[in-house]
Amino acid sequence: MSTNTITTQKVNFKVFRFNADNDYLPYYENYTMDVTSEEVVLDILNRIKWDHDGSFSYRRSCRHGICGACAIKVNGRSTLACKESMTTMIEYFGNEITLEPLSTKRAIKDMIIDKADFWEKHASVTPYLVADIDECPSCENLVSPHDAEELNEADLCIQCGACHYACPAVEINSDFFGPAAFAAAYRFEADVRDNDANRLSYVNEEKQGVWDCVKCYECAEVCPKDINPIDKITKLHQMAFKKGVAKNNVATRHAVGFLHSIKKHGLLDEGGLVLYSEGPSIVKHIPVALQMFKKGKIVMPWNMPKSDKLDEIQKLIKSSSTVKF
Amino acid sequence: MKKLKYALFTGCTAKQSTPEQMMSTMAVARKLDIEMIELTEASCCGASHLQDYDDFLSLVLNARNIAYAEKHGLTMVTICNTCQLNTAMTKHRLDNNADLKAKVNEKLAEIGLEYKGTSNVIHFLYAIIDDFGLDKIKEMVVKPLSQFNIAPFYGCHNIRPSELHNESHKTKENPYNPTSLDDLIIACGAKNVDYEEKNKCCGFHVELQAPHTAAVLTGNAIAGATDQNADMMVTPCPLCHLKLDTQTKHASEAIGREVSLPVLHMQQMVGLALGCTPAELGLQHHVTDVNFI
Repeated sequence: MSTNTITTQKVNFKVFRFNADNDYLPYYENYTMDVTSEEVVLDILNRIKWDHDGSFSYRRSCRHGICGACAIKVNGRSTLACKESMTTMIEYFGNEITLEPLSTKRAIKDMIIDKADFWEKHASVTPYLVADIDECPSCENLVSPHDAEELNEADLCIQCGACHYACPAVEINSDFFGPAAFAAAYRFEADVRDNDANRLSYVNEEKQGVWDCVKCYECAEVCPKDINPIDKITKLHQMAFKKGVAKNNVATRHAVGFLHSIKKHGLLDEGGLVLYSEGPSIVKHIPVALQMFKKGKIVMPWNMPKSDKLDEIQKLIKSSSTVKF
Repeated sequence: MKKLKYALFTGCTAKQSTPEQMMSTMAVARKLDIEMIELTEASCCGASHLQDYDDFLSLVLNARNIAYAEKHGLTMVTICNTCQLNTAMTKHRLDNNADLKAKVNEKLAEIGLEYKGTSNVIHFLYAIIDDFGLDKIKEMVVKPLSQFNIAPFYGCHNIRPSELHNESHKTKENPYNPTSLDDLIIACGAKNVDYEEKNKCCGFHVELQAPHTAAVLTGNAIAGATDQNADMMVTPCPLCHLKLDTQTKHASEAIGREVSLPVLHMQQMVGLALGCTPAELGLQHHVTDVNFI
């Protein structure tokens, strides 16, 4: 049998419905459909509208994974509807599929959300080239292939919002810019032509900046363009140290503290790291530390274990360090 | 079956804030007749924070750790999700970039080591499932945990990024519906609890710089498990364990609801089912008491 045979299976869809103009609360509508192995999620949205309920609303435009309009959540996973095949979704979640907008809290009508928070944050990181380029240049402003590679494909972002609404830090901390805005900031920070003086320190501020990233990798997992936003977030951390804009605060000391600890012990000195990062604010950790101490979870400084062959580790730190803080 | 033998990368918490994790790892290894050669020379993996500061240095240090496993000719076993992420990520980057590998090896040559790329890096959870086998575990269970509903908490860095997971482990894990830990719970005779937060973040990595975010994530996880009638949680990650076990007060305040559940390390759960004593597994080291076993 050819592997290209189109197969069909029954899928139950539970679809989020809400009209902010009329509905007090959202509700879910159920549709059962035969889904072929060739269909993408957007085909299902179309079929709901065309075959079942003409009032069903969603955003769509290019159908080629480039406009970023049709991102929704399938069983809680951010998904670009025109790109994701139903076969993969059934593989992931079985035959009970729930379709919801990217953020149910921000729903306006069915799959359509108010994406203002996303755009505000995106706009606030100066997502454009800041450069002294002559309005009527006499020659092209060339970027070498080597320099272009530095963007690490951050320029492929289509602003669909899949990562933004998958990010748990965005959900909890409304100041946090989120992975898409950081990917945009990185895209211009990594551009050799850019000379914006504020962007990097702006995205390194506490509460709103890269230091509040929880490192869950949800953004990398959902990105339909494989941009790997957390990789860009990591690079923005590194850039802040390299370019000397990293401020001396609990977050940066938390990163640098690892180096000091490894230099001294090979291993991380947990208590030492908290002390180094927090400074006098360490007092707020005392209640939990006491509970941990009672249970034998705190190692005293004089009993701190060390890696064998610590001299090797120290030698490597000396020869391989590339950053100073 | 040939006796299993691994190079054990303990990570830092096993030597400090989670002594029970080290105890239970060794107790389970003894029960399963797995030989563990501890990599006592290993350094901290950087926990993805050194990576924020100095990427190249973190690669060199992690490559050194792997090089020691290679010297033994053994697969490296990690017992912490974040150690797994940073070690496997180093391996992935060096194995796929000859220039980078050469640069790292130039540094390692100073101490007479070479990173070759010959040792796999796997988490102990998958060593048990893939190499030892769930069926064999099932056969060896002497004290089935049949009276308990156990909620699995997977921990981000074992399941995401999924490409890295799939490169390292035989069991492919769906990051949106992981099953390995559920399967292990069932093998131990308990009932697995399904809840929304099982594959979510515990907030550990921002505990210092964003304590509110961290506490809400921890609180949501415990609340999610509680609402699905879990008697306890189980996790393969000591960092998740620290959050879920020691931070319940902050978590409760952050979500405005009293939450607290006993949390087992994956090794402790297996150990209990295999007949290890609670003391052998270090249950006395938990902040949230595990006193009903």
